[in-house]
Amino acid sequence: MQPAKQIGEVVLHADNISLSFGGVRALTGISLEIREHEILAIIGPNGAGKTSMLNVINGFYHPQEGTITYKGSTRRRMRPHQAAEQGIARTFQNVALFRGMTTLDNIMTGRLLRMRRNFLWQAVYYGPALKEELAHREHVERIIDFLEIEAIRKTPVGQLPYGLQKRVELGRALAMEPKLLLLDEPMAGMNVEEKEDMCRFILDVNDEFGTTIALIEHDMGVVMDISDRVAVLDYGRKIADGPPDAVRANRDVIDAYLGVAHA
Amino acid sequence: MALAETETAIEPRPRAAADDASDTFPKLLLQNARVRGGRPAIREKDYGIWQSWSWAEVARRTQDFALGLAVLGFQRGDKLGVIGDNRPRLYWAITAAQCLGGIPVPVYQDAVAAEMEYVLDHAEVRFVVAENQEQVDKVLSVRERLPRLEAIIYCDPRGLRHYDHTALTPFTEVQEKGRAFGAAHPGYLEAEIAKGSGSDVAIILYTSGTTGQPKGVMLTFDNIIQMARSGIAFEGLRESDEVMAYLPMAWVGDNVFSFAQSYCAGFCVSCPESGATVMTDLRELGPTYFFAPPRIWENILTQVMIRMEDAGAVKRWLFKRFMALARRVGGKILDGEQVSLGDRLLYALGRVLIYGPLMNTLGFSRIRIAYTAGEAIGPDIFNFYRSLGINIKQLYGMTECSVFLCIQPNGEVRADTVGTPVIGVELKIAEDSEVLYKSPGVFAGYFKNPQATAETKRPDGWVHSGDAGFLDESQHLHIIDRAKDVGKLQDGTLFAPKFLENKLKFFPYVREAVAFAPARPFVSAFINIDGEAVGDWAERNGITYGGYQELASLDPVYDLIGTCIEQVNRDLAQEPHLAGSQIHRFLILHKELDADDGELTRTRKVRRRLIGDRYQPLIDALYSGRDRAEIATEVTFEDGRKGTLKADLKIRDAKTAPIPTTIEPLRRAS
Repeated sequence: MQPAKQIGEVVLHADNISLSFGGVRALTGISLEIREHEILAIIGPNGAGKTSMLNVINGFYHPQEGTITYKGSTRRRMRPHQAAEQGIARTFQNVALFRGMTTLDNIMTGRLLRMRRNFLWQAVYYGPALKEELAHREHVERIIDFLEIEAIRKTPVGQLPYGLQKRVELGRALAMEPKLLLLDEPMAGMNVEEKEDMCRFILDVNDEFGTTIALIEHDMGVVMDISDRVAVLDYGRKIADGPPDAVRANRDVIDAYLGVAHA
Repeated sequence: MALAETETAIEPRPRAAADDASDTFPKLLLQNARVRGGRPAIREKDYGIWQSWSWAEVARRTQDFALGLAVLGFQRGDKLGVIGDNRPRLYWAITAAQCLGGIPVPVYQDAVAAEMEYVLDHAEVRFVVAENQEQVDKVLSVRERLPRLEAIIYCDPRGLRHYDHTALTPFTEVQEKGRAFGAAHPGYLEAEIAKGSGSDVAIILYTSGTTGQPKGVMLTFDNIIQMARSGIAFEGLRESDEVMAYLPMAWVGDNVFSFAQSYCAGFCVSCPESGATVMTDLRELGPTYFFAPPRIWENILTQVMIRMEDAGAVKRWLFKRFMALARRVGGKILDGEQVSLGDRLLYALGRVLIYGPLMNTLGFSRIRIAYTAGEAIGPDIFNFYRSLGINIKQLYGMTECSVFLCIQPNGEVRADTVGTPVIGVELKIAEDSEVLYKSPGVFAGYFKNPQATAETKRPDGWVHSGDAGFLDESQHLHIIDRAKDVGKLQDGTLFAPKFLENKLKFFPYVREAVAFAPARPFVSAFINIDGEAVGDWAERNGITYGGYQELASLDPVYDLIGTCIEQVNRDLAQEPHLAGSQIHRFLILHKELDADDGELTRTRKVRRRLIGDRYQPLIDALYSGRDRAEIATEVTFEDGRKGTLKADLKIRDAKTAPIPTTIEPLRRAS
């Protein structure tokens, strides 16, 4: 029942990226393209450089070599807030929420970049500031409805189980109305049911909002099910890139994952 | 109306319930739109805000949808399946079908696809209105086996964009088609509505079926409207009342309390945001008229108690002190009985310090009338709410009589009765203690099941309820059990399993209990622990466990349940009728009894026979003197997959209490 999805132009092009920390080479000459509206999975064994790659894309790390072209402009250094302003949002491997704040407020922080009134106006909380707050609140409520977290709207996130925290974090990323969404292990530590829910949300985000998604995931079943394309990293190099079926059959990938019998 | 639907009725319908202008729900809707068009009719919490629709808007939207159904080819006598949580659009769909002379068939929203298939097939449903993707998926999965099903209309488009839309239509599109059709054919719908009359079948409600396949109960407009109006007159309901619709739409109570009575009295009904937010929404809304089955009252009380255990010492002391006072005088004050001035003053202080804030937290600040029915309610639970000043009352009835037969009048409320017959209802107790009745609410018949209809509606005019009970000297009805479940022990001692089970379930740690005995030497029981309450108890006592199954098998938990059973046995020893049916042996089940496995009905009543068959090895073990038993059961997961669960269960003996010699155990005359 799922028709072929329209995958568009390249929105982000990472060209020949190399990154090292002192003597440790995290990434070596990696080139990667992310196309509009696709779900790209980045997989690889532990320490392969997946999270480093995401960090390079959204400006946490600055690669020593290589360039990133996003929305037509090429740069080597991009600060995280610039990435955010240009519509790149992300979630983290270890949940990074404000634990003492409610779900609602956490997601609201995702709207900060879109607020036009300065904090003095907001402190007065009157006229244009109030109007703006209401508009943002409505947007946040749509996300809460979308992610089916109405029941925890006013619960401090510190009290929530891990699976729900992950969902709130996705909500905060969505609040930015991102063009490109980077998800770092969105399903780590979840049970089967939570994983199924999360898969559904990722597919729905991709489908309903047309958001381009790049995700890191270890669960191969999930990766093969939901992604349009899979890029495989191993020891900081890209060893395969293609549709899930092709990657699954790739000899290098099998070796990297299952290990080679050195007999 | 097609002949097939009415021929099962064995007596002609009684005279019309009301004048022609308001004898059906579509006509009542038009009347409400005229009389109180600007008042809110229905609300739904959406995007965190209560959205309201006035009676005029509801009339317009319902009519648009009705006309849209007509465009799709919906005809007089057609059935419209309605599947989903309580949503305004689904209520509108019900009235819309009735506008066209069709019959709505609400389906339990948590039913698995196979159960849905049975109802949709048996009811000959041509069109379905489904709330969302989840429900659409279920219908689509059985669609091939439903040749009569032509179209599925859905409310929430989320996730459905890429589905094959040849048989799928969005709700709004049907409304748009209807608007265009209505503009081109003025007067069409009014003429259709005018064709309807009070004796038409208004709705088919499938009973949850404690035995066998569900039966489709056909209720006429006269049935429902007359009973709804009796209730309104009895309790003085008015258009300013507030009701929350949160119980399944397929259950007759929801149809009467949050649909029919709203149409007849004009009050506003509110739909919660989701099943998980009911308690918060309840608090925001503060209903004045509230129905909940005993299970929900019990859950609320359990939560209050658990939270009080975690409260500070001062709060705990205050709570204990004032709840003791409330238990002593609260109920009397509510019933207008005499209470000393000192106690009244203390109670007033308690209202400021404890009762008021507690009721506010629960959303009961404005409550005028609260009902409970469906199962027996624990006296402790019942009295807890009454002592707080909540006018909670019991009622008795069933789908076949349009919900009520008996309601407790104000001032005559007791935990062990279900009240006196409402206006127009006649009661009689048969020789075998089965409750028989006559009422204006008596159903037209079971759809396509004349045999069952004839068994229930007898030629002498009395309808058989299937419940065993007795009337006391003040004409209050007491219900003890299902008539067919009342049995005897080997020595002839009377045994009413539900009576025992209810006593057990009154403990917060016991979620479900099933007692066995017929033709055995003594009574034994299966216990289902309440994972939350027992888990909390374990936590506070420093007992660690991995999950429900392990928790259920722990020795300290067996000890805990053992003390509950001893208490029940001590109580039973005081009851002249049932002193001989004390529980001798028990075991704790490793899994929760579940409606998905067919062990409970959708309204969460125990399916005794099925459990007896499925757990036969356990029952044998209970009576064989062994102290362990192995069992493998099939479980159904929420997505419909099946798996097997194996367990090795312990069996314990329970202490029984001596029967006071002054009481002679009652033997049933044979």
